Amino acid sequence: MRAWRSLTVAMWKGLLADRSALFFYFLFPLMFLVLFGLVLGNPDLGRITVGVTGEGPLIDNLPAEVLTVERFDDFDEAVAAVRNGDLPAAIRVSGPVVELRYSATDQVAAGTVQGVVQSVVGQANLAASGAEPTFSVEARQVEDDSFEPIQYLTSGLLAWGVAMSAAFGAAMNLVIWRRNLVLRRLRLSPVSPAAVVGARVGVSLAIALLQGAVFIGVALTPPFGLQLRGQWWLLVPLLVAGTLAFMSVGLLVGSLVKGEEAASAAVNLIVLPMAFLSGVFFQIEAMPEAIQTLSWLLPMRHLSAGMLDVLVRDGGVSSILAPVAVLLGFATVVTLIATRVFSWED
Amino acid sequence: MAPAIEVSGLRKRYDELVAVDGVSFRVDHGECFGILGPNGAGKTTTLELVEGLRRADEGSIEVLGMAPWPRNPALLRRVGVQLQGTAFIEHLSAIEQLRTVTDLYGVERPRAAEVLEQVGLTDTADRDIDDLSGGQRQRLSIACALVHRPEVLFLDEPSAGLDPTARRTLWEVLESVRAEGTTVVLTTHYMDEAEVLCDRVAIMERGRILADDAPAELVRRLDAPTRLLLPPHAMTVDAAAAVEGVDEVALDEGALTLVTRQPAEVLGRLAALDALDGLQVRSGTLEDVFVSLTGRELGRGEHA
Repeated sequence: MRAWRSLTVAMWKGLLADRSALFFYFLFPLMFLVLFGLVLGNPDLGRITVGVTGEGPLIDNLPAEVLTVERFDDFDEAVAAVRNGDLPAAIRVSGPVVELRYSATDQVAAGTVQGVVQSVVGQANLAASGAEPTFSVEARQVEDDSFEPIQYLTSGLLAWGVAMSAAFGAAMNLVIWRRNLVLRRLRLSPVSPAAVVGARVGVSLAIALLQGAVFIGVALTPPFGLQLRGQWWLLVPLLVAGTLAFMSVGLLVGSLVKGEEAASAAVNLIVLPMAFLSGVFFQIEAMPEAIQTLSWLLPMRHLSAGMLDVLVRDGGVSSILAPVAVLLGFATVVTLIATRVFSWED
Repeated sequence: MAPAIEVSGLRKRYDELVAVDGVSFRVDHGECFGILGPNGAGKTTTLELVEGLRRADEGSIEVLGMAPWPRNPALLRRVGVQLQGTAFIEHLSAIEQLRTVTDLYGVERPRAAEVLEQVGLTDTADRDIDDLSGGQRQRLSIACALVHRPEVLFLDEPSAGLDPTARRTLWEVLESVRAEGTTVVLTTHYMDEAEVLCDRVAIMERGRILADDAPAELVRRLDAPTRLLLPPHAMTVDAAAAVEGVDEVALDEGALTLVTRQPAEVLGRLAALDALDGLQVRSGTLEDVFVSLTGRELGRGEHA
């Protein structure tokens, strides 16, 4: 127990003295949160801006959640802007006639604008005829009201950040201690391997939980607007299982690779593609079907999917059982392989 | 009483290279045993086999009556191994390193300050290991090996790379360890270190032990002639050759050298000739023993 505590303190001090590791574990994921959360996650980006000339109820009825209106006094100017590619479409309302000019270069936007304008005109016609609508559409978003891109981003980026710190921490610890013969010192002392591994597990878990707290703390602030509801604390078992899984990756890398640079490169080579393939930086649904299927072979997909279930879909205990089991199973298998290829000395 | 260490028929091969080729020796309790040889002689491999860091291909090893391979915590509690001056946990001060070691061995914590005092590093207790000199690191490294009061202490090239002052300080530390009755096994390629520290020396080359005895006994058995060095112009070469008992005379820029097997008589005759001013006497050394055993120079004073 004394050995475990002492090694934990030593590892912890090593971490605190390593500025680049601190940056890497705590600020780096936050930088991505800022990048994606504030810049790319801006809801205005999903809307289409159209040039509008004239007034009237038709214009007032344009749905603001889809179209942003940019006023033009002169319709020709608006059409010129469409020609230049500055706007996808321009609308002029003069009396009962709606003129729509669109550019074929952005067909999706042009199609959306046409559809929206047609539907607004159709509704106006129906209202003008005084008839009750025969058919109606009742639409509702499947995610709860708090749904924002930030919920997606938080689960993905946190999964990635924790995976990086766990894998890096374990791999570097092993490589450095082998190189400076601290591993030999441990081997020559009567300390049990369990105390050494246990110290690393403890430090890695502490880092992961701290990362989670800092990351979620920042995401909760107004510019990002993350909301925690229901059983959000289920993130904790996911973080623990994810840390163990990626620590085992680090142990394997540290067992196989000798130099620090090589270990760092190897961890990046494993974790970064895994992050992309698991849809950490964007929604996985944007990926080809084959990759989406393939991604279920990766532990990070399970970690980020588990967090997504908790953060976005209000998942309960049952929703994290599968990801936690997969992650722990992965950790066990990879750790066993690591002990097979482990070497005390260079 | 059973010896502290008993090694017989030890062999270790790395691919094509036979690093240790049938080595046997024993070390008694309280003895300081040195393995002397040039770099690549197999000294370090021998030591690592005895420490239990490597597995021998052949042969048997008993340390305090136990086999060092596989790892045996009961034995590890009773032996100490001094590792190179880099084997420290990063970012911990000298005293913190030692406290960590007390925790690893389950020894009382105040012992850390005690061993730091023993190696004369009390003043540097709170300094980061990066700020210690090579000699200080080497002594701290010995302190780490002494924390749990081992019965046997292993040292691999303890003074490699140290300046003469740091070596002297280190030797004093090792003398104090020996004075406590600790059995010491060390490797070195410095003749003077072996002569100063060791009760018994094994001379090793190419994986084999060529001789194994007390340094003085090794030199005596060599039956080397004594060399008397005089200033170049103290007397003529012919006059020197004419002195009874002188076997050989050589003159170079530095000295007139008289080689003899009857040093006492020759010294008496030189005194009668009033030719003792600036006289130096050189008898056989371990270096001569090594040269006569291997036909090679050991590389005296080499800092490898």
